[in-house]
Amino acid sequence: MVEEKRLMKGNEAIGEAAIRAGCDAYFGYPITPQNELTAYMAKNMLDSGRIFIQAESEVAAMSMVFGASSAGGRAMTSSSSPGVSLKQEGISYACGADIPCVLVNVQRAGPGLGGIAPAQGDYFQATRGGGHGDYYHIVLAPKSVQEAADLTYEAFGLADKWRMPVMVLADGLIGQMMEGVALPPPLKPVERPDRPWAAGSGKSGARNRISSCILDPEALEASIHSRYERYAAIAKEHTSFEEVEVEDAELVFVAYGTSARVCLGAVQAAREAGLKLGLFRPITLWPFPSERLASLAVAGKRFLAVEMSMGQMVQDLRLAVNGAAGGAAPVDFFGRCGGVVPSEEEVLAVAKKLLRRDS
Amino acid sequence: MELRYGHPKSLVSVQSKYCPGCGHGVIHRLVAEVVDELGVQEKSILLNPVGCAIWADLYFDMDTVQVPHGRTPAAATGIKRMRPDHLVICYQGDGDLAAIGTAETVHAANRGEKFTTIFVNNAIYGMTGGQMAPTTLVGQKATTAPYGRDPGAAGMGYPIRVCEMLATLEGTKYLARGSVDNAVNVRKTKQYIKRAFEAQLRGEGFGLVEILSPCPTNWQMSPTAAVDWLASDMIPYYRLGEIKNELSTREEAAL
Repeated sequence: MVEEKRLMKGNEAIGEAAIRAGCDAYFGYPITPQNELTAYMAKNMLDSGRIFIQAESEVAAMSMVFGASSAGGRAMTSSSSPGVSLKQEGISYACGADIPCVLVNVQRAGPGLGGIAPAQGDYFQATRGGGHGDYYHIVLAPKSVQEAADLTYEAFGLADKWRMPVMVLADGLIGQMMEGVALPPPLKPVERPDRPWAAGSGKSGARNRISSCILDPEALEASIHSRYERYAAIAKEHTSFEEVEVEDAELVFVAYGTSARVCLGAVQAAREAGLKLGLFRPITLWPFPSERLASLAVAGKRFLAVEMSMGQMVQDLRLAVNGAAGGAAPVDFFGRCGGVVPSEEEVLAVAKKLLRRDS
Repeated sequence: MELRYGHPKSLVSVQSKYCPGCGHGVIHRLVAEVVDELGVQEKSILLNPVGCAIWADLYFDMDTVQVPHGRTPAAATGIKRMRPDHLVICYQGDGDLAAIGTAETVHAANRGEKFTTIFVNNAIYGMTGGQMAPTTLVGQKATTAPYGRDPGAAGMGYPIRVCEMLATLEGTKYLARGSVDNAVNVRKTKQYIKRAFEAQLRGEGFGLVEILSPCPTNWQMSPTAAVDWLASDMIPYYRLGEIKNELSTREEAAL
């Protein structure tokens, strides 16, 4: 039974969804704009007899996640951009040792200490495997408080299914705003997959050795190849996106998270004015919905990527559509950065200008 | 006839990759013997660090977790919190524990995490080929201190006495320093390890056993010269014994 909607901050909804998904252990470190999430976990994890530690650093928090998950627990950490940079060490190890866990990045503006206002400048870091080595992990981008809760809940299951870290890539706006949210029901223990491979499980019939270290180059190559086969399976099974009024659109916004919300407003305003705009919103940033975008390009669509950055996702969009339709599909970009959220009006004005230019 | 000395059950029977005269083999054996004596092999998890002891997962017959350099105490925290009924052994060298992982060590100790750290102090980086460690003695040569560690003009700092540093923290309950340079010290070291493991199984606070250990290869000495140097140069600086014992059993005869 779906619960009644309640009014929650994005950061708190993420925390509650994690608890309902059976998060056994949370490790965090203070950083704005995600502090409500750590505080929510401090209260509610401890109240329910679970593990909460305010770590000495982001680096340590991520290795605590690595340890707790290696020992069979559903583990999670959250932070914002500069803190996520620090976590990259442990994320690379978790990817190399096939350790499931959930990571939340409530992005703020960079580079460096940057600012604390919402931004989308960590797209490259999140989707390219932000640490060292050849790897990817799943990246989910919520557009609302509801979706932040839903995707966090889903992230735990995906992490277990694919044995990899799953990142929820939100931003300061999603984290800080309040919206109505209907929370998913608490996961029943029987719905949780077993982890016979975990240290101390006693269930694999052999010694369980968690490690990302393989010194024989051919053996390491083979293990990476096998991980890439899994990546291909994930791309096939779990690419997710939303389309709004794309079918007859003369121009399609491509945007995720907060910038997609802005574009949705622009689409609605345009439609009221008789202008045919649409929105394509990737929900999985990795795997990126390249195939669908390519087929839209073949169908003759032109695209305007909108991001709260100087243009990062737009590169994936160009890779997706270049070569489709026998040539490069028209892709334009508009972005604000530094923590500035674009307005519906300015996004709509850019779209109108492009359509005028081409007509 | 009674068998008094055999291969420990908790160690795999393979030839090790450790150099001739290295202390890791003896220390591995001591840890394994204590695990056997306590009957907890199937309830033990060992963290093998970055450094020479990364090989530990080839040798210990128990579940193992290999973690980023220096993060061993952070990962051990996660493991022990998840599996409080297991014996969690955090095996670390001096670079891992006292340089790149200082923050993790201090804070795990300060939280009173209920795992045991086996801290192998050989005053050098072994795996990477003999660089200066935080525990390198003043004047001791290393590839990154070619004229010897110089805390003065070269600003290389002083060797860190880890047990004494951690002793000020409320969360630490048992801190002992042993050595594997001779049979007497080997036996005492085994007792320290046993006390620390027993304390962990009773759920008492943070315990650490530091073990002075020879590294002939990177000290550029013969194995016998290395144990002699350990006794003549390391032990006077790194005092052996129980540096802090606040265990519930401390009334037992002191070693």
